[in-house]
Amino acid sequence: MIKEFRLPDLGEGLTESEIVAWKVAVGDTVTLNQIIAEVETAKAVVELPSPFAGVVAALHEQPGTVVEVGKPIVSFEIEGDDGADGSGGGAEAGGKREPNLVGYGAVLEASGRPARRARTFAAPAASPAAAEPVAPVRAVEPVAPVRAPEPVETKPAASASGERPRSTPPVRKLAKDLGVDLEAVTGSGERGLITRDDVLNFVGGGDLPATMQGLGAQEAAGATAQAAGLVQARGERETRTPIKGVRKFTAAAMVASAFTAPHVTEFLTVDVTPTMELLARLKASRAFAGYKLTPLTLVSKAVLIALRNHPTLNARWDEANQEIVQFNYVNLGIAAATPRGLTVPNIKDADRMSLMDLSTALTELTDTARAGKTSPEALSGGTISITNIGVFGIDAGTPILNPGEAAILALGAVRKMPWEYQDEVALRQVMTLSLSFDHRLVDGEQGSRFLQDLGAMLADPGMVLAMV
Amino acid sequence: MFTDDAGKGGIAAGGPGNSENSMRRTGGDLVQLITPAGERISHPEFDPWLQDVSDEQLCALYEDMVVIRRIDAEATALQRQGELALWPPLLGQEASQIGSARALREDDFVFPSYRDNGVAYCRGVKPEDLVRAWRGNASAGWDPFTVNVATQQIIIGAQSLHATGYAMGIQNDGADCVAVAYFGDGATSEGDVNEAMVFAASFQAPVVFFCQNNHWAISEPVRLQSHIQLADRASGFGIPSMRVDGNDVLAVMAATRIALDRARRGGGPTFIEAVTYRMGPHTTADDPTRYRDANELEDWAAKDPISRMKSLLERKGLLTAGFEAAVAAQADAVAKELRAGTINMPEPQPLDIFKHVYSTPHSWLDRQQEHYSRYLASFGDPAEAASEEGAR
Repeated sequence: MIKEFRLPDLGEGLTESEIVAWKVAVGDTVTLNQIIAEVETAKAVVELPSPFAGVVAALHEQPGTVVEVGKPIVSFEIEGDDGADGSGGGAEAGGKREPNLVGYGAVLEASGRPARRARTFAAPAASPAAAEPVAPVRAVEPVAPVRAPEPVETKPAASASGERPRSTPPVRKLAKDLGVDLEAVTGSGERGLITRDDVLNFVGGGDLPATMQGLGAQEAAGATAQAAGLVQARGERETRTPIKGVRKFTAAAMVASAFTAPHVTEFLTVDVTPTMELLARLKASRAFAGYKLTPLTLVSKAVLIALRNHPTLNARWDEANQEIVQFNYVNLGIAAATPRGLTVPNIKDADRMSLMDLSTALTELTDTARAGKTSPEALSGGTISITNIGVFGIDAGTPILNPGEAAILALGAVRKMPWEYQDEVALRQVMTLSLSFDHRLVDGEQGSRFLQDLGAMLADPGMVLAMV
Repeated sequence: MFTDDAGKGGIAAGGPGNSENSMRRTGGDLVQLITPAGERISHPEFDPWLQDVSDEQLCALYEDMVVIRRIDAEATALQRQGELALWPPLLGQEASQIGSARALREDDFVFPSYRDNGVAYCRGVKPEDLVRAWRGNASAGWDPFTVNVATQQIIIGAQSLHATGYAMGIQNDGADCVAVAYFGDGATSEGDVNEAMVFAASFQAPVVFFCQNNHWAISEPVRLQSHIQLADRASGFGIPSMRVDGNDVLAVMAATRIALDRARRGGGPTFIEAVTYRMGPHTTADDPTRYRDANELEDWAAKDPISRMKSLLERKGLLTAGFEAAVAAQADAVAKELRAGTINMPEPQPLDIFKHVYSTPHSWLDRQQEHYSRYLASFGDPAEAASEEGAR
């Protein structure tokens, strides 16, 4: 009979190894523990002893190949059910074994990539700020004090946080067994927790198999008084929303953008105290009476100024014509969360506007978006975008580009933090800027210089005199 | 020869210490009874402790070392074949472990580290029990009280405290058995080992600190850990010490017997430094070629504990073809038993976690177990879960 040998986890918690060399060939007779291959893991080059005595029937991987743990690498033809040398059902046992032993943490997803769970930036879903500007942001873990960490690779999730839906292990198991993608299920539990009922309802609707209905009933019956309140609070057991309109458009745009434009995100944390002081002065000044001035207004202005020296970020990759389109105007997109979903209306020719005009345009844009009256025209033709995640108390993220644009800037929250100021530690107002750009047409140098100039202006608005 | 009167002192820090040519040894010169070539050297102080060792026992010691090396090789292979998560090989340290373990009395109690599988084997731990924890099927491989061996300690040196505590218990009982702590060179830098030695000396507890200096604390060489011989560290605590060739099974056995005898007679603790070498990696997840010189390994291969014992038996005319075949057969049989026992080991059940926590019923734990049972039931197929819910 044929026995397969699957690549085991040779170190502690490894997910893959490279086949360096085979020491046997197809047709060779091997003894138990005979060295059959040399394998390089992240930790060491090790020799693989044969788990069977038999004849090599097939080598499944070529030398030089990096193989995921658990993949068959060699098959043996052996006599009888048990290995002649007491090797028993080794391959089966080995094959089924998940590399989840001493200190290994959770079993890895089938992809084999250790997906670190992103930190939860709980966005207050239905706050009055619902119409404040926001963009799809993939939350990242702050990585040491490095300014530009590697973008965290996560699925472009429908949810703002990019996190997997909340549920418990038994419910995830049930969903897996029933073939339900939890991303598609709406959670009715506390803070969006997906319950067993949510999954069952998602599959069966009203036509639950008898056993499952029975279970639901039993669970409800078994619930204590305190749980009864919970059951009531769940209300509607499932909400089905057709994918259309803004949601559909957003989804298509995000998928298109995330999978065509190679994104790079850079972060810069800036002491914006001088900008906040300027903001306070402007607000108090008679000239700006009646204008709504926010940090976003000033940052928008700074972006428009910085773009004069760094026009490559105000551009577009035209795949069809194999051309790079350099815009000599700026249609400034502002990501806005509306009741209908995310929209990114833009302000036409924003680069020609005074600060007052820009302020007015931003206010109009926000009001229009909040009322759900944004025109299709305002949604098209953007050249660069800004998303203000700071209004949700978020510091940084890796924004996804609005399709057809080369850059998007995410504004973090302005926080009072201990910061270096004149060679001493002082309590300063600090903000993190996250800039994603399309690496096909913007190099790290251009992106970095743009971000650097932007930071310089916000750290010292007087720098504008030196730039324009 | 060994510092029976503790507190010689006068050891300058930063001296030549562990360099091979050091003459500064308050732990005494390295005691060797069998040369690497297999020649038996007489030794006035150690020989009296070996008078009863017959030819038969010499052969048995050889067989033990061959078998444990085979167990070690088989377990390493099982790890490479995905049957074990990890394995800490003892290759090269057979004489240290067999020589000391075979000197123990049944009622002595061993507190081993994770690498002391040879010691556990001598105490009667079954082969598959040696790997049970490394397969992830149990948090400990055996019941310590059936073999008088505590479960293998992973935390470096922590078992030395347990041994000292146990030895103080022996004192309270008025018994004459001994607690033996096994640890490595790296452990002597740990607070636990130092604390254990302070207490052992203060209470003159019947404990033996058996240190296998295998020269490497993972990738840290012993010469960085200590500027003096490890045996010399003991004198700072007022504990007599010996420094023996750890690849010489007889020297190790004699030293252990000296230490045990002292402890049984109320003479307090002893520190033994068995100078040996870890010829393999720290564990199967380690690559020693990244940090140590191949020449060093070659030098130590020439001092191999098994080959020198083999030479000794040959010189004595004890190494017959029949004996060699019997030893090989025994090693094969044990290896086969280990392999079969490993592969066919039943998977632990989730509720097993509640076993062995308390020896008597415990209401909190019962509650936790009930909650966990219900949680597990919620995974099950709905019909089964429903019936369990109903039964509640």
